[in-house]
Amino acid sequence: MDVKEPVTDQFYQAPEKQYSYLNLGPTHPATHGIFQNVLKMDGEVIVEATPTIGYIHRAFEKLAERRPYNQITPITDRMNYCSAPINNIGWHMTVEKLLGIEIPKRVQYLRVIIMELARITDHIICNAVIAVDTGALTGFVYMFQQRESVYEIYEEICGARLTSNVGRIGGFEREWPEKAWEKIDKFLKEFPVVLKEFDDLLSRNRIFMDRTVNVGGITAEMALSYSFSGVNLRSAGVDYDVRVAMPYSSYEDFQFIIPVGKSGDVYDRFMVRQEEMRQSLSIIKQAIEKLPEGPFHAKVPEFYLPPKEEVYNNMEALIYHFKIVMGETDVPKGEVYHCVEGGNGELGFYLISDGGRTPFRLHMRRPCFIYYQAYPEMIKGSMLSDAILTMSSMNVIAGELDA
Amino acid sequence: MELDDQEKIIAVINEKFEGEILQTEMLYDFLTITLKKDKIVPIIRQLYEHADTKFQYLTTLCGIHFPDLNQIAVMYQLHNLFTNQRIRLKIYLPIENPTVQTLTTVFPAANWMERETYDFYGVIFEGHPNLKRILNVEEMTIFPLRKEYPLEDQVRNDKNDSMFGR
Amino acid sequence: METLANGIKIGEKPDGMEGHGFFATSLEKVVGLARKNSIWPLPFATSCCGIEFMATMGAHYDLARFGSERLSFSPRQADLLMVMGTIAKKMGPVLRQVYEQMAEPRWVLSVGACASSGGIFDTYSVLQGIDRIIPVDVYVPGCPPRPEQIIDGVMKIQRLVETESLRRRDSAEYKAMLNSYGIE
Repeated sequence: MDVKEPVTDQFYQAPEKQYSYLNLGPTHPATHGIFQNVLKMDGEVIVEATPTIGYIHRAFEKLAERRPYNQITPITDRMNYCSAPINNIGWHMTVEKLLGIEIPKRVQYLRVIIMELARITDHIICNAVIAVDTGALTGFVYMFQQRESVYEIYEEICGARLTSNVGRIGGFEREWPEKAWEKIDKFLKEFPVVLKEFDDLLSRNRIFMDRTVNVGGITAEMALSYSFSGVNLRSAGVDYDVRVAMPYSSYEDFQFIIPVGKSGDVYDRFMVRQEEMRQSLSIIKQAIEKLPEGPFHAKVPEFYLPPKEEVYNNMEALIYHFKIVMGETDVPKGEVYHCVEGGNGELGFYLISDGGRTPFRLHMRRPCFIYYQAYPEMIKGSMLSDAILTMSSMNVIAGELDA
Repeated sequence: MELDDQEKIIAVINEKFEGEILQTEMLYDFLTITLKKDKIVPIIRQLYEHADTKFQYLTTLCGIHFPDLNQIAVMYQLHNLFTNQRIRLKIYLPIENPTVQTLTTVFPAANWMERETYDFYGVIFEGHPNLKRILNVEEMTIFPLRKEYPLEDQVRNDKNDSMFGR
Repeated sequence: METLANGIKIGEKPDGMEGHGFFATSLEKVVGLARKNSIWPLPFATSCCGIEFMATMGAHYDLARFGSERLSFSPRQADLLMVMGTIAKKMGPVLRQVYEQMAEPRWVLSVGACASSGGIFDTYSVLQGIDRIIPVDVYVPGCPPRPEQIIDGVMKIQRLVETESLRRRDSAEYKAMLNSYGIE
């Protein structure tokens, strides 16, 4: 018998597609930071997502036009607050580029040490939070304890735990005390053990791999067209790292590998961050071994506060101190762009100075803001729990998103 | 950047768009080209596709307000990841009518960056799929980053203005 | 406080009459004692203070010892609204809605300089203190406050919870205070 067409029930009509709208955020336990996504869902599968950001817009760029150059550092702290020293040092390097200051080698190596510590803390938070979102709550508690050790190191160096405001234009405010070096050595001994424990718990764990492999993937072409940078781009297969492409602060003196993933999914990002933490540990060890002797700040009396003994005895030092504290130092005219490898990618500062005491225009190239645009594309067709994992693996930090 | 690299880039632009370049300078090792605003998107597409200058990565895009010139500038920074070169392109728009074509057809990454520039300065990007405010409240009627608007919250009444430099 | 073996101290019991197999005291004291040791917070963490809150919930400065083991993200099941971080004007209505959804008795802890008064962000887009839109019980200053300060804030909330009168939430004065914020 020839069957030309399948037999259909003439009374059957496929039901009309009904979509439901789910409001994810702005306050939600899984969104680490406040941003809202209105998801149009077909059952459990996401069809479309409409993001809304700006719930923590604090107008940094306008605030910077009011403040003198050394008072802008606390603002840069609050952008990517998980790794604040990187933002601070990036800003200082931008101003030093504008002024044309030569920074001593010792300062550059110390800056590398503290920036790599900050990168480790940023990746600790991101990986621990990926684990929490898959349900592995224990890893978070263990890794956060290591963050406390790094907080103690920051306290020895600059006095604050989280929003560090570390360093000054020209170097550091004081020579690092003995206690700081002891704590760094202790951290370098203890952290690899905890990192290996965390790694053994998750990286070959069947449940974790089922949840994260082939979830939230992105191709290299799409990542480049959306101007991704940092870990998200490297896990998609492109080896662009600002520390290697445009080396700053003596990064060319150190040997390190850039880990690169293949498919850009959540598992790749997790593993790239794990490897980057190990590479950062290796960079810190190399920097401590090769640390040269020298002053801990450059000779820039117009921007670097003179020591108090000189202020009380010397007329010029008194005048410099007054001018720096009141923010009355003039800066040459110019237009400069400097970028550093932040925890999330290329963090750039575009500074225009018109010769006055405050910047004419400061624009911050924030990596989170740029790569979060691709999020609706990345979660199309995936399920809700996968969308949550994708968001937490992209390490979107609200302070940097909104500035 | 070496002199012949700079000349190569300028030659690529001049190949099809003669007379669009107003000024070129090297600011702190960054080639900065000021252009006329009408053909900026075809020029960027030319820089994207041409074999000599494959500027296929958009680093950033922002607006700058010059109150004395009564102009708003838009600054684009492009990066050639193959040869590790970067350039900056600037266009100046009159403040009464700051409109320019959108770059989202060449770089999808420009979507939110242009929305941010619109939100802060009021620059209208023609052809943008969704030109709404992104960071500020939707109901805001002013463009806050222009120099004439104050930084502080005007509703605040518990601070002594003279002590805070206002 | 009497000390048991191993240096464990027992807290003080409220005044009352004791006998063989019974203890009589006023209801307020018992309810206060029960409530203060099981406050369920709603962490409304927006920015940097949120990371210090994560450190406070961590193993080093454990907040769970104070009874706050279970964080509730649903306002209906929470007792304490901990606002941590900058509240922008765009976020104000959201915060207000979350506060209104909480059931009585509810307390508000404002953690950090930004939530208490706007902090260093004296700009057009930041709400200069959450007490412009919701009533606040305890303010914790700092930028960000150390975990010990956050715990101190929670302990002050515990003091308020312990000594609160059971009739406070129905009193005319409380209702007038809510009306001044526009909350019915």
